[in-house]
Amino acid sequence: MNWTIANFDLIIELTLNHIRLSVIPIVLGFVIAVPLGWLATRRPALRAFIVSGGSLLYTLPSLPLFVMLPYVLGTKVLSEINVLVALTIYAVAVMVRSAADALASTPVAAREAATAMGFSPLSRFWRVEFPLAGPVLLAGLRVVSVSTIALVSVGAIIGSRNLGYLFTNGKQRDFLEEILVGIVASLLIALVFDLILVGIGRLLMPWHHSTRLPVRLPNPALPARAGA
Amino acid sequence: MFTASKKARLVSGVIAAAAVIALAGCATSDPTASETTDGDAATDTIVVGSFAYPEAEILSEIYAQALENAGLTVERSFNLGPRQTTIPALEDGSIDLMPEYNGNLLFFYDTESTARSTEEVNAELETKVPEGFQVLEASPAEDKDAYVVTQALAEAEGLATIGDLTKIEPFSLGANPQFGELAYGIPGLKSVYGVEEVTFVSIEDFGGPDTVKALVDDAVQVADIYTTSPDLVKENLLVLEDPENLIAAQNVLPLLNSDVYSAELEEALNAVSAALTTEDLIALRERVEGDEKAQASVAAADWLKEVGLVS
Amino acid sequence: MPFFLSALAWLFDPANYVAGSQSPLPIQDRIGEHLFYVFASVAIAAAIALPLGFFIGHTGKGRQFVIGFTGAVRALPTLGLLMALFVIIGNVVPFTQTAFIASFIAFVVLAIPSILAGAYAGLESVSRETIDAARASGMTELQVLTRVEIPLALPLIVGGIRASVLQVMATVVIASYISLGGIGAIISSGIGLNDNNRILGGAILVTALALAFDGLFAIVQRLTRRPGTVTSRPRRPTVLRIPSPGRDAKVALATDERKN
Repeated sequence: MNWTIANFDLIIELTLNHIRLSVIPIVLGFVIAVPLGWLATRRPALRAFIVSGGSLLYTLPSLPLFVMLPYVLGTKVLSEINVLVALTIYAVAVMVRSAADALASTPVAAREAATAMGFSPLSRFWRVEFPLAGPVLLAGLRVVSVSTIALVSVGAIIGSRNLGYLFTNGKQRDFLEEILVGIVASLLIALVFDLILVGIGRLLMPWHHSTRLPVRLPNPALPARAGA
Repeated sequence: MFTASKKARLVSGVIAAAAVIALAGCATSDPTASETTDGDAATDTIVVGSFAYPEAEILSEIYAQALENAGLTVERSFNLGPRQTTIPALEDGSIDLMPEYNGNLLFFYDTESTARSTEEVNAELETKVPEGFQVLEASPAEDKDAYVVTQALAEAEGLATIGDLTKIEPFSLGANPQFGELAYGIPGLKSVYGVEEVTFVSIEDFGGPDTVKALVDDAVQVADIYTTSPDLVKENLLVLEDPENLIAAQNVLPLLNSDVYSAELEEALNAVSAALTTEDLIALRERVEGDEKAQASVAAADWLKEVGLVS
Repeated sequence: MPFFLSALAWLFDPANYVAGSQSPLPIQDRIGEHLFYVFASVAIAAAIALPLGFFIGHTGKGRQFVIGFTGAVRALPTLGLLMALFVIIGNVVPFTQTAFIASFIAFVVLAIPSILAGAYAGLESVSRETIDAARASGMTELQVLTRVEIPLALPLIVGGIRASVLQVMATVVIASYISLGGIGAIISSGIGLNDNNRILGGAILVTALALAFDGLFAIVQRLTRRPGTVTSRPRRPTVLRIPSPGRDAKVALATDERKN
């Protein structure tokens, strides 16, 4: 415990950086995946391609991807961008499935009613389909959030400054407390993010809770994280 | 979502805005320095890198703090990996300054070099460092690779020098991955001392606890453990003598991108080099890797105060 | 592009497959190690998770626990788990065995959730009518489980195993940093020597293996599908109708089969 107290600023610094490295891929993943998911529902031919493409990307093992990206992107070897791009790829891969399913499941009746009322397609998307898809999207987002946070630490192997440093440094010094602190911090971040997401869900979708619908779980047989 | 009440939308908007501001705040105070733009090369910000093991972190902290004390702006980008990662990082501008070891650095640039003593190595290094980079004064402090065996094995088989290893052929040797290809590693063992039947076991931790453990548990009979390791004494290990000078001098010295050179920088780092001794390195490592588990930054700060370089 | 071509050339160069070469070569040894770690640990995880999953799926008890457990393991940082186990086990066991035991425990822990979830979701996806009919025709509970529920649940069960194989395959790469071996050793030695061929070659190799096994499992999943069962069509998730609480909703959640 002494070490933890003595090195609190280091832990905070690493945690903040870890958060920053997690939030960007989660947000970007969502922003990219939702239009892709929408595309998949509107053009059935593309659906197979988009969802399988997501599956394939999801299959890529993480460390090799971090390592290959500088060659593909032309980034500097140490650039953080490699880590961010890789994490975003995984986030999109997970989210696009959720998004495609969520948007596909809007009742035809609701869509037709909206068109009949005079909504333009874009307006219909924003005001009818997207809100109805909300619960499923949220569930997918929660999975992405947890997976991304857990995956950020692998970046420490290529010099990224996050909680993963506590794992490698702790192991080099045979120092269990340091490693455990890193694990606990990582779990706490995941928990807080999850609570925030659930909170935002409740705020934005009050009808969802009042009818006591069970919160849809993402496919439980999905891998625990994107090719960790 | 947008059919939610006005109040709900307002609150979510505030949360989102707060998150973005917090992110932006994190971003600007981000100490990760792996992406300096080229423009930075001309400014005062010096990015200090380090190899990925505790001693390297200590040395880099010492450099960083010494420079900060001299009034320069420093960013830290530590635990990057081996030389094969840090030299490209120096070349592409991701980092500007590294504490290096003169012998190994020389061999990186010239695998055929025959320089061995501190003077020879320093002299040749000056000529071999590429355009745009330079090294400053070397410190008397050294951290050399070493062929290490347990005392028990040494006594049982009468091992005193590296050449004696022929007595225990065939055997396993544990070392970091590069060792299998380095001039003073497996190839040098064969060519200089005639030791042939070696099974190379790659251990990732640069002579750290895994390597020591492997040696002590007899998973390997010989290991490459650096001479500043506190475990040499703690675990009763013997450094084999090197009469043929297979292993060159390894004095600590700064390698930097000439763009960040300044008189203050040279003065600060030369003072550090002059004050640093091998015993200091051993003591620092003991603090960081031994029972105390001090952070490298704290050990570095204390050392700088002790030697009077920082008040 | 030239880097990738050069790495591919390196991968296909017979000189790298000579037995008895210095570590991390020869390549086939690393592939062999890698696959051994993956399948051995998945087998052990399956031995633990499948019975548990069948019990939970058949009786409906312990669902909350599984959901919580899956979520918790999903949140564990892999690198942290590996390093923590390494330090703990390292204090108890000699070096040669430490990497192996510590990694194995980590692989099993990471593999269990997907297999567990696949098992219970699979069982839950079997329609109640079918199960009732089976009971009505005189089958014992065990017979219902083995002759009806499991065969019908196979696609989801296989899906869970598939997910954990991929999971562990990627984790074995990271375990090379605690000196475990496997294809990760090729990549890390490449990083150590700034040898692009090794870095990219290793990365391409393990990625190709992952894709190959993913494809294989996809085929197996398709083969285990029984015609006319609930799981043979992508079922529109029913969460958005006004629900009749209880069973209906539970089945709807579980039958959300991803079409692969």
